[in-house]
Parts: sequence; structure tokens; C-alpha cells
Amino acid sequence: MTAPFPTRKQEEWRYADLDALQPVWERFSEPMTVIVGAGEELEEVWLPVAEDVQVRRVSLALGEGAKARLFMLNTAPVYGRIELEVTLAQGADFELFGANIGTALSTNEIVTKVKHVGIGGRSRQTVRSVLNGKAVGSYLGKVEVARGAQQTDAEQSVKAMLLDRGATANCKPELEIFADDVKCAHGATVGELDAMQLFYAESRGLDPASARALLLEGFVMGLWDGAKDGDAIREAAREALRSVV
Amino acid sequence: MLKIENLHATVADKPILNGVSLTVPAGEVHAIMGPNGSGKSTLAYVLAGRPGYEVSEGGATFEGRDLLAMEPHERAAAGLFLGFQYPVEIPGISYLQFLRESLNSQRRARGQDELSAADFIKVAREQAKLLEMDSEMLKRPVNVGFSGGEKKRAEMVQMGILAPRFAVLDETDSGLDIDALRIVGEGINRIMRAPDKGVLLITHYERLLEHVRPDRVHVLQAGRITRSGDIELARDLEREGYTEAAV
Repeated sequence: MTAPFPTRKQEEWRYADLDALQPVWERFSEPMTVIVGAGEELEEVWLPVAEDVQVRRVSLALGEGAKARLFMLNTAPVYGRIELEVTLAQGADFELFGANIGTALSTNEIVTKVKHVGIGGRSRQTVRSVLNGKAVGSYLGKVEVARGAQQTDAEQSVKAMLLDRGATANCKPELEIFADDVKCAHGATVGELDAMQLFYAESRGLDPASARALLLEGFVMGLWDGAKDGDAIREAAREALRSVV
Repeated sequence: MLKIENLHATVADKPILNGVSLTVPAGEVHAIMGPNGSGKSTLAYVLAGRPGYEVSEGGATFEGRDLLAMEPHERAAAGLFLGFQYPVEIPGISYLQFLRESLNSQRRARGQDELSAADFIKVAREQAKLLEMDSEMLKRPVNVGFSGGEKKRAEMVQMGILAPRFAVLDETDSGLDIDALRIVGEGINRIMRAPDKGVLLITHYERLLEHVRPDRVHVLQAGRITRSGDIELARDLEREGYTEAAV
């Protein structure tokens, strides 16, 4: 049975490219389930594939004290969607480092729902978008803290860089908290490169265009600093940035 | 080598420099001392071309070329180096990549061949070693997680790698312990003491000057040079403070 085709009225599909999704919906209508057992650890790197439309829908369950760390690069030429629902049991730890790099008319989005159901869970989500042309890059991230999930520690950091006037970034961190002893932080910025960093790089001899390209690289590459096996995603991100900058 | 004439500059429409005149001939190290807010850092930024630092009158030439007409990266390629008072962090970019691209960009601008990755790493390691910095630190993102002292030392490693003709060093000694101060002082002498090079050393304290031994010492007050002398002037200032010594 194929799940009903989504509509834009559903918040989590609000910025989706449904026309692009339609032909491939059957393949992706059911999310893939991943379970990380109590005390276990998972580290994965999600690389882009060579297709115009790239969809990944994952439901991730973290057992007690389990840890998951995901590095993801979303850079489909037409429509890319990484959708993730994470459930954290007591003391579980979830980290997401993701980038949307988009050019031309593409839409790339990272959509997450992180559910803290046990005590003392920790989640960190860091998303960076670099967009040019008329590209759209989105992060919709909902953090739910269940009744009783005290001492939850959740953070979302979302930053986007728009290189052309026609590009669009949607950043929407969202919190739904039913416990009273929790720490939930979120920050979102859409901006330009740091003027002091630019001057520093230029004062070392980089011309303005090279300095800009280098800083943009750093803006994204900083995401992979903690990856155990980050070479492939680093290379893929560099490649994607070359087509954008 | 560096000639500053009647330089007036404003930051956010506020006048900071009110007619600085100063000549640093090749082969010399000049120190600039002065109280907080006297315009020392502004002078450094104006010379390096920081956006927002507007020159309203006067000028500066570097080896006969109009320094102020050049973009910051052109000044670097011409051989000018600014040691930052507060070195900037750049996450995601390793020191090795940052400096290799910077150096090769300068070399291209000068019509020189680029340095290969292997050759560059050799130079970088050597310079790090001379400044007693662990060369593994060069693999880390630029200044991220560095202590204040490590950042300043890294500025000197950058200077060693980029090998400028002229260095403006803005309070390179602040935040350094006594050993680091000696190492940095020796680094400045080793890298910049040459007949065809020059240094403008901005500092609050006389201590670094005992290591570097400037040829001239100038006092900057309210955006103007109020006194010039030799290292004895710096010692007087250290003893008596700016108010007394300037009289």
C-alpha cells in the first residue's frame, strides 16, 4: 500500500517540490526504519547520488544511551529531501550535521522531527545552506519533548548564505515542550559572509573572489570537522560548492 | 620604504588620525607606542586597507607606490603584512589550506610560480618549528580553539611563511607570556631584520622592544605623533607613563 501523496497544507511538505516528487513517490512513500540498540553507536555519512530527484526518508529509533551521528549533504539538481524522524530514549544522543547546497531552480530540504521521549536525551542539529540562482534551501526542524523527558538538552543551529537575490532560504526551528526541566536552544541566521573574516583573508593576499570562495567553503566544511570518515563528503561538498560559487 | 604623510582618517565619521607623518626607511624597525584610543590600531588598519577606515586627508606610499590606492590583497602581494591584534577564526579551513592559497595568490599576483603542496608544507613546518609551534596545529581550522597566545604566535608563523617586505604588527605582544614574548621577538628579528625590509611595531609595553630593539620609537597621542626618539624614549614611557613623558 502506498501512503497518500502529501500536500502543501502539511507543514512538513510546505516548501517541497511536489511535482518533482510525484513520479518517484511510490519508491519513497514508506520511511526506512533504523534502530540503534541500547548503548550502541551509529555514525553515518549520507552522500548525494547521481539523480535529479533524491529523497531519503528515515525513521531512527535510539535506545537507552544509544548514540547516532549523521553527516549529510543535500544537493540534488532538481529536488532533494532528507526527512528524518528520530526518537530518543533515556540518555540517548543524536547529532546531525547537514548541508543544503543548491543552484539554478533546485529545491533542497532537510526536514526533521526529533522526539525526546526519555529522560536526559541530547540532540544537536547543525544545518548550513549555500544557495545561488533561484534555488530554495530549507530546514524544518521540530523538537518534541514529551511529558517526563526531563533534562532534555536540544540545540538547533541553522545558517544560510544566499549568493543571489533570487535564492530562498527557509529556516524553521520549532519546539514543542511538555516537560519543565529542559534546555532547548535554537538559532537561525540568513546572511552574508563575515566582514572581518573577509578582510583577514584579503590581508593575507587572497583576492576578494577567492576569499569569498574560501570562506564559503569553510562555512560548509566546518560541518564535517568531527566526522571519522569525512573525506568523501568533504570532496562531494567541495564539488557542489564549485558549481555554486 | 613606508612613507606616511599628514594622514587623517575617520572611522564611522569620527576622526581618529589627525595628521600622522612618519617615514620608515628600509632596514629599520620603528615602534609606535601610545595610550588606549590614541589611534594605533586605526593606523594599522588604514595601512592594510580595512573597509570602513576612511582616509580624509594625506596619504601613504610603500616603495614609492600609492599604498592607499591599492586593495588589501594588492598590498599583501606588494609585500605588506598586518599582524592582527585580534586574529580572526575561520572554521572549516585549515591553516595549511588558508596559507597555501594566500601565498600562491600573492605569488600569482607577482608573476611567480605557485608553490606545490609538498614544497609549501616543508616551508610551513619549518616556520612553525622556528616559532616553537607544534606543526600539527597547522592542520586545524584557522585560529579555532587557539589560545590568545597561540593565535599571536600563529600570526608570526604566517609572517614567516608569507615572507613580507614590510610588517605592521599590531600589539603582537599582548596576551603573551614571557617565554612566548621572547620567541615572538626573536621571530620578528629573524624574519624581518634585513636591509630590504621594514617593521612598524605597535605596542603598549616596552618589554617586546628589549627583544626587538627598534631603531626609532614614536609616541602616538590623539591621532598624531607627539614625540620621537630612540629606545630610551620607550624606557622613559615605561617608567613615567604617557602624560609625564610626553611633556
